[in-house]
Amino acid sequence: MNGIRSHLIFPALIICGIGFVAIARSMLDEYILSIINFVGIYVILAVSLNITNGFAGLFSLGHPGFMAIGGYVTAILTFPVARKSMFLELPQWLANLQLPFIPALLIGGVCAGLTALLVGVPVLRLRGHYLAVATMGFLIIVQVLIINWESVTRGPLGLNGLSALTNLWWVYLCMLVTVYVSWKIKYSSYGRRMLAIREDETAAQCLGVNIFRTRVAALVIGAFFAGIAGGLWAHLVTAITPMSFSLILAFNIVVMVVVGGAGSITGSFIAAIIFSVLTEIFRPLEEALSVYGIGEILMALILILILIYRPQGLFGGREPAVFHARHTR
Amino acid sequence: MNIELEYIAQQIVNGLILGSMYAMVAIGFSMIYGIIRLINFAHGDVVMIGAFLTLGLMQVVGAPFPLVALAVLAAGAAMGILIEKTAFRPMRGAPQVTGFIASLAVSIMLQNLGILFLTAQPRNFTFPDYLQKLIHIGGVSFRMVDLIIMMSALSLMGTLMLLVKKTKMGVAMRATAENIDVARLMGININRTIMATFAVGSALAGIAGLMWGGKFGQIDPLLGFIPGLKSFVAAVIGGVGSIPGAIIGGYVLGLSEVLFVGLLPPIYSAYRDAFVFATLILILLILPNGILGKTMEERS
Repeated sequence: MNGIRSHLIFPALIICGIGFVAIARSMLDEYILSIINFVGIYVILAVSLNITNGFAGLFSLGHPGFMAIGGYVTAILTFPVARKSMFLELPQWLANLQLPFIPALLIGGVCAGLTALLVGVPVLRLRGHYLAVATMGFLIIVQVLIINWESVTRGPLGLNGLSALTNLWWVYLCMLVTVYVSWKIKYSSYGRRMLAIREDETAAQCLGVNIFRTRVAALVIGAFFAGIAGGLWAHLVTAITPMSFSLILAFNIVVMVVVGGAGSITGSFIAAIIFSVLTEIFRPLEEALSVYGIGEILMALILILILIYRPQGLFGGREPAVFHARHTR
Repeated sequence: MNIELEYIAQQIVNGLILGSMYAMVAIGFSMIYGIIRLINFAHGDVVMIGAFLTLGLMQVVGAPFPLVALAVLAAGAAMGILIEKTAFRPMRGAPQVTGFIASLAVSIMLQNLGILFLTAQPRNFTFPDYLQKLIHIGGVSFRMVDLIIMMSALSLMGTLMLLVKKTKMGVAMRATAENIDVARLMGININRTIMATFAVGSALAGIAGLMWGGKFGQIDPLLGFIPGLKSFVAAVIGGVGSIPGAIIGGYVLGLSEVLFVGLLPPIYSAYRDAFVFATLILILLILPNGILGKTMEERS
């Protein structure tokens, strides 16, 4: 009985989601739709950071850096050829290239992943908060490079007038893939290797886990989805500037993972929804009362309280029992 | 040739001024890390609070400069104690990364409280005329306030080293940094020692805020963030946990940053922050214990 129910719960949730997307697209206005899109993108970000941070315990603050790379690559690839020659000085092959959205998105993700590989190989020798500081350094370096590489990125102005290619179907699809891949990883031998490293590195090494390769993989997979999220983001806002990918964003994503319970996919998912909806509620409130910064203050306060009173987060690394009745039968 | 030399000398003086400020902030980072293994990102925001307090006392209240300096010192210490008591003490014993996230949260909270109450608008920061007077030595020129920055940084750091070496509280700090459990067994009041560490480190950060305002002439609620990060880099260069290391790291970073901007063609100067953080990553990888740090297992 339980077994049948847990088999059906995933398809049921997916179909509910499809229904939700269809209804939302036909009933809701543009503003609410864009908020739902943002929430979906935040879910992708939190669930993907959960692979890096939650499963493998790599405390990375570089997520927005990978997002920025994915976002810029996607934006440049989808930019109409005529406008490219007007604004940017690109090499010939790139200047004459205009790709459809999905291939561009995938290439953006792959570029982010490759960067993670390049950065990860030296930097992942570090542990704990030294890794956090190094990834934060990476984020700032990415920002400075984007600001100064004006011939390709237009510097601080950013690229604007991108086509609004992101819609709720694409966000939903990307979100599903992210959650699916992350779920598959968690319950595979690969995911168990990551969890083993997080719990006790020496013990994992003694059992023959290739620590370094697993850590790099966790960073690269997380970065790939961050890159995809960056591409979706750029084509939702229809503009991309280096300032969008700040340390505050990194902090917000980390908060989602920590509050959800590092390692719990359901936790990251739900925390991402709660926090991004809260931010969207606070924003008009801030503007109406002209008390800027109150949203961030509340976010920080909630985080501190959770760290003090429930340091393991909402779900403490586990998934709710409904999802794996099968395993416990 | 002579002009070239003068130019370099001027850059070195500028580097020393910047380095003094980095060193002052880096000491706090290093002491706090040394004692409870916490990278306290809220430390940079104490610099911001120090700067605004100086501005308020000098331009609104009109208090004389030495009194302002004392008040800022005391307020910095109080701020450090407050942060430690409310945010970090309840989390003691949790994994390192927990404290790190909490300190980011405190930092974001302080910055946004600053924006809320003081607005994000940068404010002009002026010292009285006698502090702004230019001094020329050879071809090198600097203001009175720059001289005061360097002298007071050196004397404060000297005092601190004496404090840590000679006083009972200093011994307790060193013992706690060495091994917190054994120190507790020896009858050291751990809570009080940690509080004192935060107080001393944050007092120096507060004064660094006064210096920052005097040096750059403009302050805003986000000013503490990047200098805070850079001072952390300075602490890492010197070897986190070591006070002389933090001082050396501060001067090394200040000098190399100014020389990077001053001696390379101007197009590179936009990359100065990237340069600082690339240095950080390199140091962490090549020399993880810094110049004077002791071996610590956690880093790499």
